[in-house]
Amino acid sequence: MTPNLHLWLIPILPLLGAAINGLLGKRFSRQTVAAVALGFCGAAFLMALWIAARFSSLSLPHVEVLTGWLNSGGFSADYSFALDQLSLVMLLIVTGVGFLIHIYSVGYMWEEGGYYRFFSYLNLFMFFMLTLILASNYLLMFVGWEGVGLASYLLIGFFFLRDSAAAAGKKAFIVNRIGDFGFLIALFLMIKHFGSLDFQKVFDAVKPYSPETTGVGFLTAIALLLLLGACGKSAQIPLYVWLPDAMEGPTPVSALIHAATMVTAGVYMVARSHVIFERAPSALMVVAIIGTLTAFFAATIGIAQTDIKKVLAYSTISQLGYMFLACGVGAFSAGIFHLMTHAFFKGLLFLAAGSVIHAVGGEQDMRKMGGLWRKIPWTWATMLIATFAIAGIPPFAGFFSKDEILWRAYQVSWIYWLIGLVTAFLTSFYMFRLMYMTFAGGYRGDAEAAHGHEEQATDSRAGAPAPHGHGHGGVHESPPIMLVPLVILALLSLVGGWVGVPGSLGGGNHFDKFLGPVFRSTTPPVNTQHVQPGETVSPEQTTEGTAPKTGHSTEIIFTGISVGAGLLGLFFAWLLYLRSPQLPDRIAISMHGLYSTVAHKYWIDELYSWLFVKPLIAISGIVFWRGIDQGVIDAALNGSADGARDLSDEVRHMQSGNVRSYAGWIAVGAAAVIAYMVWIGLRTQ
Amino acid sequence: MVQLSYYLVLSGILFACGVVGFLIKRNIITIFMSIELMLNGVNLSFVAFAAHWQKLSGQVFVFFVMVVAAAEAAVGLAIIIALFRTRETLNIDQVNLLKL
Repeated sequence: MTPNLHLWLIPILPLLGAAINGLLGKRFSRQTVAAVALGFCGAAFLMALWIAARFSSLSLPHVEVLTGWLNSGGFSADYSFALDQLSLVMLLIVTGVGFLIHIYSVGYMWEEGGYYRFFSYLNLFMFFMLTLILASNYLLMFVGWEGVGLASYLLIGFFFLRDSAAAAGKKAFIVNRIGDFGFLIALFLMIKHFGSLDFQKVFDAVKPYSPETTGVGFLTAIALLLLLGACGKSAQIPLYVWLPDAMEGPTPVSALIHAATMVTAGVYMVARSHVIFERAPSALMVVAIIGTLTAFFAATIGIAQTDIKKVLAYSTISQLGYMFLACGVGAFSAGIFHLMTHAFFKGLLFLAAGSVIHAVGGEQDMRKMGGLWRKIPWTWATMLIATFAIAGIPPFAGFFSKDEILWRAYQVSWIYWLIGLVTAFLTSFYMFRLMYMTFAGGYRGDAEAAHGHEEQATDSRAGAPAPHGHGHGGVHESPPIMLVPLVILALLSLVGGWVGVPGSLGGGNHFDKFLGPVFRSTTPPVNTQHVQPGETVSPEQTTEGTAPKTGHSTEIIFTGISVGAGLLGLFFAWLLYLRSPQLPDRIAISMHGLYSTVAHKYWIDELYSWLFVKPLIAISGIVFWRGIDQGVIDAALNGSADGARDLSDEVRHMQSGNVRSYAGWIAVGAAAVIAYMVWIGLRTQ
Repeated sequence: MVQLSYYLVLSGILFACGVVGFLIKRNIITIFMSIELMLNGVNLSFVAFAAHWQKLSGQVFVFFVMVVAAAEAAVGLAIIIALFRTRETLNIDQVNLLKL
């Protein structure tokens, strides 16, 4: 008898917070709003911790059915929650990092209007994200999936008076719809083929299949459609375009939704569906290719961005690419490991960037920063730790997870490894570029005296959260309530990777072993397409957690190479942005075409606009609006109304007021009825 | 024994007289009497059929018709009196205000 953990409470708690703040918050003081939001979010976190403490006594996967939900024909879905190692990890990340970001937001949003609205949305996001994670069937997962999209839309457009924020919200929503469409079709295919959406039932039904190595079977189709959904949510090529624009939202939102949690939902979904993906090697290969390309592509764009949040946005896309690469090469636990460390260091980077923006009064352009490290030492120190983590410098968290991914990628193909390595170099380069431009050198912004009234104008345009406004006294460190989450996340960025130290470095790789039961039990017998010739891998060794065939010494060499790439990035960033700051401009001028292509993000937005948006608007204007809406729907309605009026116009003359003519009509009608009945009678005889 | 068809023919003649009077007469009381004539034509065919088939239901129908006719006469004559008091006429062609 497994204990009842009341898993349903975890998502419901933040929903209560959202409801209380959303319905009543307008009358609350800011303190009350913050207390409600933090209270319910913290309660969810405490409950997650409580569950984690009792985790070892559970029989896994632990499924709890709250109540029936849909029952239609042969198909049924329950409102049910499941807990296993994977969802426990996600649960702790989401509630933990989410709670820290809630704390940070209390300070960050203090001066903003719509305080209650912000926290209501934030709690609503937590509700949907936790539903997504804890769902035990695809349908409930889809509810959470759509819900986080909604919360994301609401929060990106939080400063809705600014056109760019409203447009960014719409863009995120619409681009996500494309992915959701794929997800939905995948669900329909599952219902058709398996008759259920329950994880356990679907996976049990899939298990007897052997990998579809030739042709495209329905498993490959399902996997690719799921991948489309994941690409939308996790901002992978070709649907990544919404994430950079999503930086219009307040910075804590960028940290919570667009770095630490929501965008990793796609990775989680792919990892959750690994049973399907493992039986569709071609789809798995597509995952790896998309991941690799996105990682590299986004990293190159990140180099040329000058907006501090945009750099981090592209960095997020790039790191998500790593996670997809990990999933694509079958190293699901490595992907989840990177997801976790990424949640720590990228959440920290965004929060620290928010602290920087806060400090300089809403400025987001790095060219107007510089020399800030003396003025905001705590922000600088914590951000530096996060940068070391993302650059893959040992012993910070990102090093272990990224190294694990690169190593596993190498075992499948050296191409993945090479591109991943170059990306690691680029990552290190643009992150240290960001650090040098922001914190080193001299202050390039306006004179500090200018931090008074003139600033309002630039801020409303720059899209930064509005500054303190009056009485803003120059560059200053953030209040403690913002610094405490930074410090905690910095600690996690430092030690978070130690749970997964690989065997080659003398660790036990506990993280991999912990997640092992989720991923190991279902690996298909043979995985032909990914195995390089000459590298015969037996089924047991393709699974997670077992020691790779190649020896530890080789792995250490590769570790050395990837650390070297990170340090090389650090060196180049130092060379270009600290030692000789005029050099980048010269390079930009000498390689003008390449530079402007990169700086304009490869003109992808323009390409999409030209290829999809404008034709769609044109077609909508001519065909759907004028043609179908006005021509068919409106015309049918107006036509029937006109017809009825014209007919009535004729018929009303019959009501002449002459009683004898009425009598005549009655007689004619009676005669007609009699004639008809006589006719019927004669015919049936 | 008089044949059924005779009754039916007489009934039809009475009904036709009623219809013609209903259509061509202008005096509202005459029209009213024409309606009674039609009802009685129908009543005749009912009792004729009842006698022919030796079934009581035809007779019962006639009683219903007579009750309804009596009620109708009461209401109708009341309307006619009210009409005459306001319009001072019984000519149906001059009662033509209710129209579009």
